[in-house]
Amino acid sequence: MGYFLQVVIDAVSLGSLFALVSLSIGLIFGIMRLINFAQGDFVTIGAYSLLAPAAGAAPVLFLGALPWPLMIVLVLAVVVVLALVTERVAFRPLRNAEPATLLVSSFAVSYFLQNLVIVLYTSRPKALSLGTEISTVVDIFGLRIASIQLLTIVVTITLLVAISAFLRFTPLGLQMRASAENFRMARLLGVRANRVIAGAFAIAGFLGGVVALLLTAQTGVIDVRAGATLAVFGFFATVIGGMGSLVGAALGGFLVGAVSAVLQTILPADVRPFRDAVVFAAVIVVLLVRPRGIIASKSKERV
Amino acid sequence: MIAARNNFICHLKAATPVLLLIVPLVLAALLADQFGSIGVLRSVTEALIKIVVVVGLYIFIGNSGVISLGGTAFMAIAAYATTWQTCCSMMKPMVMSGLPEFLKHMTVPFAPAALIAVALAGLAAFISGLVLMRLSGLAAAIGTLALLFIVNVTYSNWDSVTMGASSVVGIPTYVTVWIALAAASGSIVVAYLFQISRAGLALRATREDEIAAQAVGISIFRTRLLAFTISGAVLGLAGVLYAHFLGVLAIDMFFMQLTFLSLSMLVVGGMGSLAGAVVGVVSLSLVIELFRTLERGIWLGETKASLPAGSQELVLAVIMLCILIWRREGIMGWKEITWPFTRHQPVSASGEKIEAAA
Repeated sequence: MGYFLQVVIDAVSLGSLFALVSLSIGLIFGIMRLINFAQGDFVTIGAYSLLAPAAGAAPVLFLGALPWPLMIVLVLAVVVVLALVTERVAFRPLRNAEPATLLVSSFAVSYFLQNLVIVLYTSRPKALSLGTEISTVVDIFGLRIASIQLLTIVVTITLLVAISAFLRFTPLGLQMRASAENFRMARLLGVRANRVIAGAFAIAGFLGGVVALLLTAQTGVIDVRAGATLAVFGFFATVIGGMGSLVGAALGGFLVGAVSAVLQTILPADVRPFRDAVVFAAVIVVLLVRPRGIIASKSKERV
Repeated sequence: MIAARNNFICHLKAATPVLLLIVPLVLAALLADQFGSIGVLRSVTEALIKIVVVVGLYIFIGNSGVISLGGTAFMAIAAYATTWQTCCSMMKPMVMSGLPEFLKHMTVPFAPAALIAVALAGLAAFISGLVLMRLSGLAAAIGTLALLFIVNVTYSNWDSVTMGASSVVGIPTYVTVWIALAAASGSIVVAYLFQISRAGLALRATREDEIAAQAVGISIFRTRLLAFTISGAVLGLAGVLYAHFLGVLAIDMFFMQLTFLSLSMLVVGGMGSLAGAVVGVVSLSLVIELFRTLERGIWLGETKASLPAGSQELVLAVIMLCILIWRREGIMGWKEITWPFTRHQPVSASGEKIEAAA
């Protein structure tokens, strides 16, 4: 029983990170049909903003040297600004392009950001510890849970609640939901495209910053490709959960995390390394059998 | 006699777009072979192999208008297939213990090995195409990307056969500039023959208007599957060339980096025409070569100035974005290269209209 609960905790905390990423991707896709692969690089750059640009292996702290409330605010700010700039420079001119073209352009943006990091910081992974309090282990009902796992789960649930409240109760949130439903109609009714899209990117940036902090706290290592890997899973999670449906996107994230964690436990050791292939194959199956994902959005013409 | 002569001219005319692509490549190879340093010769050879890659991508993406992100997976499949057959007879039974018995102790000559590898890539494309070609538009792009990841995860963990994430070294390097040239020309000819064939035309029709094409009896699934298979085989050839050019093989050579690079070459050149594919490779290869040199550093009087590693990729991404934003149809803009001085601008050889880019 204890072992089972342990797996559940692992699954939920891994799924939380995926859910935050897939929610960001789903939010933007719903409005402008853009699969934003650069979401992963928002995470990477958020993590790197803790460090000062330097070539050496020893990390030189930048934002990471600040007291933690300030550090959190500034990291989030950096990523939000980055997301907004990306939208303005790269994606706004392409707004009317085909989804496949947009996908390709987001690859280009992602490639750019990754190599920007390499130019500034070199491609060497860097070790960084965000304090010792979060690496402790908590004992709950006989379960030993890393406090960072707990923190990840709590933060994710809080954010999911906050975002759904935002989408439900604020005017901008309402406009975003309307745009996700039918962007053209929403615009005809006076919704400002630029505002809505910038808002979506700001939220995506904010979530990216949160993921950056959680990921760094969890792994203690900052790597150029860490964010991109996360984006791949988050993106496939969005497809599985349902592109364009925010609930579906978040659910897909949790599901992919859960499937990964469960497969990790039940597969025999020599097949275990192939577990990611199962997730990727599931994507193809979902696309074929249920192209709109597990939670289909109401408006037609999705993927 | 006159009829025969007309017939010949007719054929020559039909072949012009191909000749105008191949002849400059032959000249480049000749020049590099005669006058270039070893470095230049290697760069030209590599660019020729890239032409095989991008032409392979073009056969499917260009003609169908569907973006596939899984092309490099077929390169990996063929590269490993040729390595299993030709590489390191001494080490093979130990480091690749999972190979079937007959492969473990046998070394296949280069040409049949390459053929088998290419056929295997084509077969893999056909089988995955049976599933993936039921998807279209964005879903197809996502599905093919998933395929790329599946192949990557499988090969990088299938230690007993692929040596996992570590590289296989000591693959015989027989690829010279001439072999690369032959392969590049061959792939251009194949791509051209396909695009003027009945099936190719049908596929291009589906690109312009799926519903109208279906209405005249074209099966989108079948034409796409055919193109995907041919494209997979040509990409397989490129994979074989890569393995025997570098002499080293690792699964991550055929992953996101190469996918992005080859796709940007196709997009920059213009994915609507064969000439676009070739022009894209040539122009971006030149840019990359320039920035590689700058990254190594150049002497400005006394001081050595060099760009930091990664700037070449930055420039590449910026070029790609600029093209996507300002000239989405690419450098060639859906046109094949034809003689500039023909009086009547011929309808492009496939008989298709150019306005689709608008």
